[in-house]
Amino acid sequence: MADIAFLLLIFFLVTTTMDVDTGISRKLPEKQDPNIQPPKLKEKNVFVVTVNRNNDILVNGETYLQVNELREKVIKFIDNGAGLGNPIDGAAPAECTWCEGEKDPNSSDHPNKAIISLESDRGTSYGMYVSVQNELVGAYSFLRNRLSKKLYGRTFDELSKESDNDPNNESLKAKVEDIKKKYPQIISEAEPFK
Amino acid sequence: MPAISTASLPDIVFMLLFFFMVSTVMRETELKLKVTLPFASEVQKLERKSLVSYIFVGKLKDQPGDKIQLNDRISDVSDVKYFIFAERESHPEDEIPLLTTSIKADLETSVGTITDIKEELRNVDALKINYSTKKGDIMGNFKK
Repeated sequence: MADIAFLLLIFFLVTTTMDVDTGISRKLPEKQDPNIQPPKLKEKNVFVVTVNRNNDILVNGETYLQVNELREKVIKFIDNGAGLGNPIDGAAPAECTWCEGEKDPNSSDHPNKAIISLESDRGTSYGMYVSVQNELVGAYSFLRNRLSKKLYGRTFDELSKESDNDPNNESLKAKVEDIKKKYPQIISEAEPFK
Repeated sequence: MPAISTASLPDIVFMLLFFFMVSTVMRETELKLKVTLPFASEVQKLERKSLVSYIFVGKLKDQPGDKIQLNDRISDVSDVKYFIFAERESHPEDEIPLLTTSIKADLETSVGTITDIKEELRNVDALKINYSTKKGDIMGNFKK
C-alpha cells in the first residue's frame, strides 16, 4: 500500500506545475500638470521608436526595422557616449568612461541623457507592443550585465539576485545602485496617436 | 489469495488530500475571457502575490472588441479606479505603495485598450504595473 501511495505522490509531484507569475515590470509616470512645459531635449539624445497599426517599427522617423533588429540599434544608441552626461551625485558633468560605443557625434551623449521614446498606435497589437518593450528592456539589461561583469565579475542579474537574498549587505546594494545609475532605464511612452 | 488490507487506506487518502490542499492554488476569479499571454524573454518574477491585483483583457466569446475583466465581472474602463480602491481597502496602509497591478492581456488586444487602463491607473496613482507574459522567445508573438 505504501508503495502505491508513494507512486501516486511522485506522480503528482512531477505532473503538477506551480505557475509562477512572470512579466515585464514598469512604473507609470505620475500625472503631470498640463501647463508644465516638457524639458527641452536635444534631438540626438532621443531614440524614437514608432509602432503603427500594422505592427511596423519605424526608428527616428526614417528607418524601418524588424523587431529582432531593434535591440542592437538600441544598445548602440545608449552606449554611444559622445559627450558629457548629466552630473551623477553632484559631481561635474563627465564623459561616459564605461561606454564602448562609437562616440558618433550624431548619436546620444551619455547613457543618462539617452532617452528611448516609444510611440504606439491605438491599433497596435499587444503582442507587438510587449515585444518592443521586451527588446528595450533587453538592451538595458545587456549593457548592465556587461558593465557588471567587467567591474565585479558577475552579471547584473546575478548581482541583484544576490542583493535580494542578502538585503543587509550594503556594499552589494551599493554596487547594484551604481550600475543602475550608470545605465539608467529611461523609456518614455508617448500617448498613442489616434 | 488473501484480501488486500485496507487498514492504511485512510492514511493514503489523507496524504493525498493534504498534498492537494497544499499544492493547489485556488483561482480566485473565474476567467471569462480568452487570454493568451504574449511571450517575453526579459521577465521578472512577481514576488508577494498578496500585493498583486489582476486586470484581465481579452475577447469574450463571439463578441467583437476587447473586454476587461475585474474580479468576476466584465467591466468598463471607468470601473478600474473602483477596483483599485477596493484593493487598497483590503490592505494595510503601509503596503499600499507596494501594490502592483498585473495586466494579463491577450496578445491580440489593441494597445488602445491597454493605454486607457494605464491612464485610469495613473489617475488613481497606482503606478506599479506588470505586463504579464510567459517566458519565451518574442518571435512566438507573431506566429499566425
